[in-house]
Amino acid sequence: MIVFRNDRSGPFTHAPNSVRAVMVTVMLALTPATLFDLWLFGWPAVFLFTVTVGACVVFEAACLQLQGKLLLPALGDGSAVLTGWLLAMTLPPWAPWWIGVLGAVFAIALAKHLFGGIGQNVFNPAMVARVALLVSFPVPMTAFTLPRPLFSAGAPGFLDSLSITFGHAVGLDTISAASALGTIKTELSRGVPVTQSMAETPDLLHMLIGLRPGSMGETSALLILLGGLWLLHRKVISWHVPVAMMTTLFALGALFHAVAPDRFTSGVFQLVSGATFLGAFFIATDYVTSPVSRSGQVVYGFGCGFLTWIIRTFAGYPEGVAFAVLLMNALTPLIDRAFRPRTFGRTRAGTPLPLPPRKKP
Amino acid sequence: MKLFRIRGGVHPDYRKERTRENPIIALPMPRILCLPLKQHVGAAAKAVVTSGKRVKKGELLARASGAVSAPIHAPTSGYVVDIVDQTAPHPSGLPQKTIMLRSDGKDEWGELPAGIADPFTADPGEIDARVAAAGIVGLGGAAFPSAVKLGLRVGKTLDTLILNGAECEPYLTCDDRIMQEHAEEVVDGARIMAHALGLKRLIIAIETNKPQALDKIRAAAAPFAGVVVVGMPVRYPMGSERHLVKALTGLETPAGKLTADVGVVVHNVGTARAVHQAVRFGRPLISRVITVSGGALSEGRNIEVPLGTLVSDVVAFCGGFKNGTIPHRLISGGPMMGYPLPALDVPVIKGTGGILALTREEINEQTAGPCIRCGTCVTVCPCGLVPMEMAAFIRHDKLEAATKAGIRDCVSCGSCSYICPSHIPLVQYFNYAKGRLNALDRDQRKQERLRTLVEARMARIERQAQAKREAAARARVAKPPVVATNDAPAGDMKVSA
Amino acid sequence: MLVAVGSLALMGATLGTVLGVASRYLAVKSDPLEADLQALLPGSQCGQCGYVGCAPAAAALAKGEAPVTLCIPGGRAVAERLARRLGLEADLSGHEDAEPQYAVIDEKLCIGCLRCFQECTTDAIVGAAKQIHTVIADNCHGCAKCFQTCPTQAVSMHKIQINLADWHWQKPKLRSGLKTRRRH
Repeated sequence: MIVFRNDRSGPFTHAPNSVRAVMVTVMLALTPATLFDLWLFGWPAVFLFTVTVGACVVFEAACLQLQGKLLLPALGDGSAVLTGWLLAMTLPPWAPWWIGVLGAVFAIALAKHLFGGIGQNVFNPAMVARVALLVSFPVPMTAFTLPRPLFSAGAPGFLDSLSITFGHAVGLDTISAASALGTIKTELSRGVPVTQSMAETPDLLHMLIGLRPGSMGETSALLILLGGLWLLHRKVISWHVPVAMMTTLFALGALFHAVAPDRFTSGVFQLVSGATFLGAFFIATDYVTSPVSRSGQVVYGFGCGFLTWIIRTFAGYPEGVAFAVLLMNALTPLIDRAFRPRTFGRTRAGTPLPLPPRKKP
Repeated sequence: MKLFRIRGGVHPDYRKERTRENPIIALPMPRILCLPLKQHVGAAAKAVVTSGKRVKKGELLARASGAVSAPIHAPTSGYVVDIVDQTAPHPSGLPQKTIMLRSDGKDEWGELPAGIADPFTADPGEIDARVAAAGIVGLGGAAFPSAVKLGLRVGKTLDTLILNGAECEPYLTCDDRIMQEHAEEVVDGARIMAHALGLKRLIIAIETNKPQALDKIRAAAAPFAGVVVVGMPVRYPMGSERHLVKALTGLETPAGKLTADVGVVVHNVGTARAVHQAVRFGRPLISRVITVSGGALSEGRNIEVPLGTLVSDVVAFCGGFKNGTIPHRLISGGPMMGYPLPALDVPVIKGTGGILALTREEINEQTAGPCIRCGTCVTVCPCGLVPMEMAAFIRHDKLEAATKAGIRDCVSCGSCSYICPSHIPLVQYFNYAKGRLNALDRDQRKQERLRTLVEARMARIERQAQAKREAAARARVAKPPVVATNDAPAGDMKVSA
Repeated sequence: MLVAVGSLALMGATLGTVLGVASRYLAVKSDPLEADLQALLPGSQCGQCGYVGCAPAAAALAKGEAPVTLCIPGGRAVAERLARRLGLEADLSGHEDAEPQYAVIDEKLCIGCLRCFQECTTDAIVGAAKQIHTVIADNCHGCAKCFQTCPTQAVSMHKIQINLADWHWQKPKLRSGLKTRRRH
């Protein structure tokens, strides 16, 4: 007699999605910007990128092994690769190899697995790694260079690049250049008004296209934006976090720039400089560390934008996205508690709805 | 007509094209029919026949028992083989009392009550009685005795009857075909029910992915004022009673209450057709239309099946399984809310809407991964709950926290499980939790009852002890203790009390 | 510097004294622990925990002499509630609920001695002297006292069968991603 499986309850159909599909889609969205940046900064950037992503995968495997967990399918879901990718996008392109490896340790072992593995981390692993590196090694982490596109005249060759990334060739043919935000902050501290220093930074169009110094995620703002919009179209992320974050940044920038243009940068500048687009579309929208409800996400986006602007304007570091995201990550559980959807048939407080007044026919 | 927005919901691959164009075929009467005594919500029916009894088609086999129950009738003429425990069409595979009927091939109708000539002037109580006597239950899957639902007019202020033709589950097309082929019967039955409920307003809701059904029902309803036919947006779970009511009327049924409390009663189109047959012709519910489909089946069909037909007979009629392979799962109902059947020798009952033989690829079930807190389950939940949170609580056996998070408000529609990228079996967690909470409630009630019994026993023992003491005291008063005789030794004087 | 040390030391001493005095004179009176615990227990006085009834069991729990898993009929649910009331962390992950049982009297062996009748704490046994006894299954909570008392072994304990109405889905057993032990 044939006996059928009755071990599981329904549903007996499933959407054709998976965690790996989501990760791959995000990676595809990042690809144009990444390829552009790798070309822009040449071989050293390629090596750093490879080392960072590779180190993340290796440490992920090591952590899984240490915990006695199965390597597959955990290793195959693409989360470690994506973390490494995002981390590499926030590093200075000509940073030495050990920055990438240490970053992988911070991101994968500390921020992810020590908290319980995928889905359990409180803080965004890539941002934890970036901030830890920034605070521990301020000089290598702020040594941005002018773009030296691959195969162009001033670009280092393959072997020279090896020595830049793996050797001690820092200072060899590198001309340090600060990012736009960094320039403005330093000039401001020297008393130079914003309007003047803004004139010295690359104009907005160049910032958008990306032919300027900065980390990989900072430079190709336009391509990141396009990638982010594509993610929205594919419904991998929803519009709530990016729109809230960017609107807040723009609004604060525009408002304060109108009031005191010498002290505050404009709204558009806030949007196109730094890692705003990368942060809004790829970092702050990280599933694990952002709130689950749509209303909570709006609050979270607003908080990220607000804190980014505060840190950029008043704090000691020129770029505030990483810190802002980490601070809002800490608030995510609270936001989740406060901003829940309303249950069908109940009020927001949880009591059953009152019966509507009935008229006797 | 203005429609209201429903939160969440998913758009599964409907796969209805496999059987949408197949007209309803009647299954040739099988030799053996197995009729469980409980095919409905409520108390099991009580058999009125014994082994060996000859019955005619439509004859009463078991009567309703209690306020919420339904009778069972013979789908064909023949004789009762036995009333025994048989495997129920239930995932547990547990047995239940079943009447085994052997058909004599003659298919002779028995004596049927005359149909009500003009139901629209009849007393609603009489229509109730007919529907109850016919054993009609909700054919949309809930299997709630329809007469009890019609009785809601007493005590509640009602104004609308909604006929649920949404059929939002994938694969199922039986309601679609009923509406296309028997539109007049459906509309007539609906109007009879509206009259029984004392309502003037009747809305027939059909999802827009059934355009022919919409046309046919509109045409059938055209001559009658007060009947509105509405095309609903295609979304799962639009057929869920509370959500359908909200979509059509904007009224949200409060938690813990019935839709009747906001003035609306919802019935399935198949139920309406059964009511038409019972009231107009006196015919009891002895067959129903089901969809048989699935990738592992040779041919998908919509079949009118006599109740009690074994699934093996149904599958054989559809050409058996494709290439003789065994399907990965055999499901009763739709894939979202249906349940797996343990074997082929279980019967089709009043609540069976479909039989699906599904392949592994169709089901797309994979090993569950950890929750990545993507929040998609929160977005799709039509009840506004947070499935990932409830599942996390249940996984750690924190059932009280799960209750506070709203597990009792979950309708187990399956949208969250459907969309979870980590393939976590969320609905199974919720079904487990609900079952366990019910079991704990039952235990609690039993403990309270036992406590009362213990106290009663202590009281009884105390009473008996008290009675004994009183009897002893009275005896001491009536009969003084024995006085010492002269034989007693000197100096040993006892004084009488 | 001496000022800093001195002032901190003085503050510490003052605050410490205040706390000590408060802990003595403002102490919260102990709450009726025993009564609460007794209310949580089933109250059927079956004695399976080893104590004569639920009141002595509650007293033992309050004194900390008995584990929260003492109540067998109460199972995991009662153990959890007791733990919560006592403010203890109970690791019940390995706890298996004893399968509920009920007693059945074999009428062929019963001699009507009434001994089981006296033992039954819920009066679930009906019968009179020299008459055959029987058990009302719904009122039986499976303490097995009648089983132990019966001189003719007419009482047997049966497992309560799960029926269709009570069945529910099991909790999904998920591989946590942990490897199974390697077999050597």
